[in-house]
Amino acid sequence: MINSNISLFVPCLVDQAASQTAWATVKVLERLGVKVSYDPLQTCCGQAMFNAGFISEARNLAEKFIRAFHDADFIVAPSGSCISMVKHRYAELDLTGSYLRDWESIRQRIYELTEFLVDKIDVEDVGSHLPFKVGIHNSCHALRELGIREQPLKLLKNVDGLELIDDNWNDGCCGFGGVFNAKNPELSLKMGIQRAQNLKNGNPDFITGVDDSCLMHLNRAFQNNGQTETNIQPHTIHIARILASTTSEPFMSEKSSGGGMS
Amino acid sequence: MSTVKSKIKAALQDRQLFKALQNASNLSSAKREQEISGLDDYEAARDRAREVRQRSIDYAPRLIEKFTTEFSALGGKVHLVKTAAEANRVIIDILKSHGAKKGVKSKSMVTEEIFLGRALEAAGIDAVETDLGEYIVQLAGETPSHITAPAMHKSRQSIGRLFTDKLGIKYTDDPGELTEVARKMLRERFLNAEFGISGANFLVAETGHIAIVENEGNVRLGLSIPPLYIAVTGIEKLLENIADLSPLVKMLARSATGQRFSGYFHLLKPGSIGEDGPEEMHVILLDNGRSRAMADPEMREMMLCVRCGACLNECPVYRTIGGHAYDSVYPGPMGSILSNLIGRNKMLHPELPDLSTLCGACRDVCPVRIDIPKLLLDLRARRDKPLSYDLFAAGWNWTMGSAGRVELAGKFARFAEKFAPNLNSGSIRIGAANSFRAQVKSLKAKDESLKPENGNGDE
Repeated sequence: MINSNISLFVPCLVDQAASQTAWATVKVLERLGVKVSYDPLQTCCGQAMFNAGFISEARNLAEKFIRAFHDADFIVAPSGSCISMVKHRYAELDLTGSYLRDWESIRQRIYELTEFLVDKIDVEDVGSHLPFKVGIHNSCHALRELGIREQPLKLLKNVDGLELIDDNWNDGCCGFGGVFNAKNPELSLKMGIQRAQNLKNGNPDFITGVDDSCLMHLNRAFQNNGQTETNIQPHTIHIARILASTTSEPFMSEKSSGGGMS
Repeated sequence: MSTVKSKIKAALQDRQLFKALQNASNLSSAKREQEISGLDDYEAARDRAREVRQRSIDYAPRLIEKFTTEFSALGGKVHLVKTAAEANRVIIDILKSHGAKKGVKSKSMVTEEIFLGRALEAAGIDAVETDLGEYIVQLAGETPSHITAPAMHKSRQSIGRLFTDKLGIKYTDDPGELTEVARKMLRERFLNAEFGISGANFLVAETGHIAIVENEGNVRLGLSIPPLYIAVTGIEKLLENIADLSPLVKMLARSATGQRFSGYFHLLKPGSIGEDGPEEMHVILLDNGRSRAMADPEMREMMLCVRCGACLNECPVYRTIGGHAYDSVYPGPMGSILSNLIGRNKMLHPELPDLSTLCGACRDVCPVRIDIPKLLLDLRARRDKPLSYDLFAAGWNWTMGSAGRVELAGKFARFAEKFAPNLNSGSIRIGAANSFRAQVKSLKAKDESLKPENGNGDE
């Protein structure tokens, strides 16, 4: 299907807290005949530093990222937020010399997973099976900075057995916001609960999306919102894990909390 | 605990406030959405509005000069003032020279910015707010919580109680009845007003016009009945010519209140109302940090702002805590930037740029396309950082400098999570499973290809 070498970018949060998402990404790509490689020396795109206002620290990490990925044919990551950081925000880091040149090239070759599947290699049916009712949370950076809205929908519509709720996905922020969540946990959670209440419309079994950070936060919001209306709370699950699930290798036999929550 | 932090805490516990905010902001965004979707060239309209505003700030000094010439030639007087204190002094001097003691005031964020109300009170001058929301806020001894809907934080029940308490009326929470009470009280004040003060949305340099949009008709009364009229606005609000008004007015009411057009639109200049108008007209042009902001390559973009308030209505943070929690005259996304540009030559509200998830909803609705998240990030980078931030940055940068250190930190985090689960008040949990990197490494050691530890790698 594609002969190029796909370099997997595993954002630090996915690496440490949601390894299932990374494995699911590998599984989906390999099932499509795409060759995936992974460089274990990669670390972080620098977004956390940049959003906290530490430009030179963010530049250090950006340069490290560029060194790790500069010779990849394509870079794919199961995250919209980190891709947007590399693609757009690196412009504000005053990169120079070969770093600047390499970044200008990298930004043309880096994709969020659903974007890569639908837009780059033109695949909408990845042969998945998941017999559950699923709603979507469009995470803000993916939606507003990468324009990712249709890609997850197209992929989910082709998942065998999946019932898609596509009327409850207004584009609200989940309230996570990275450093915002660390600095204002209560406010962040209250915003999450608001969002969670909207997402419960149509009683989904799962809420999916392209960013584990938002999904983990929403999972916590669902748990804190346990007593209202119904006792059954949806769980969150990264879209890569839905796409990885097949009849022969189902996602899981029972609901477990998604996104690495223990 | 900082003031902002404690105000957020209080706001989070105020269920009444939360309900009022949700109702009001849901309504405004829905109305805005409806009006905007009715425009078939919204994106082009935004471009035109931005282009007009861009010229406003590119040529500000020349426009100030031109406006001053035109407005003065018609018999008005323009006062260019540097600071809030100077603005208040000039206004009070004008009022005193007329022996004016009682007057009317219309909604104006610039007068809030200079704390004019407080200065007038101290000078023994009684100026009643005549915009209904501002009237409510003034009666309650509060400050506006929204730049276009000042009493957004109040429920009609609390307004009913306030009116009973302060005006001695029988309790009612019927909006119509309450408005009627305010109208009666204010009519009396309009008829006896010795001066009128208002803001101005724009000033037209070429013709010397003051342009004001409003919905309640109180500005109209305030600028026609009293013999003395003073308009207060910022130096970034001057337009080159009268044609520049159209692209802005087209966006303003739609963005602010979801109206196609405001209830009233005033275009006045000295002498234009004839015998019924004021005998004397003044315009106060306030700098208060604006020329400094205009000279700043990043921050000058904020000077394009037309104060519609759409970014407040859309902001998930503002919608949860309301305007007062920001502890600044200008709240919400635009306020978190503007509050740090006006006034003295330092960031006066360095904690406000943090009150954003950077979701970008504000950028989407801004009628002049201000990249609010980018400016918030710029301010985060500029400010003096608290020690906790420096420690976080040093730790993160060191950790992320090598894959080995990431693994070490991950192990530590798993340990901490297991034995002190309550230490982490944020939403991210590492979980018990090994990192992806560690799983890959142990597979490689066993000489297997990229395969998870078990099945999907589920715990």
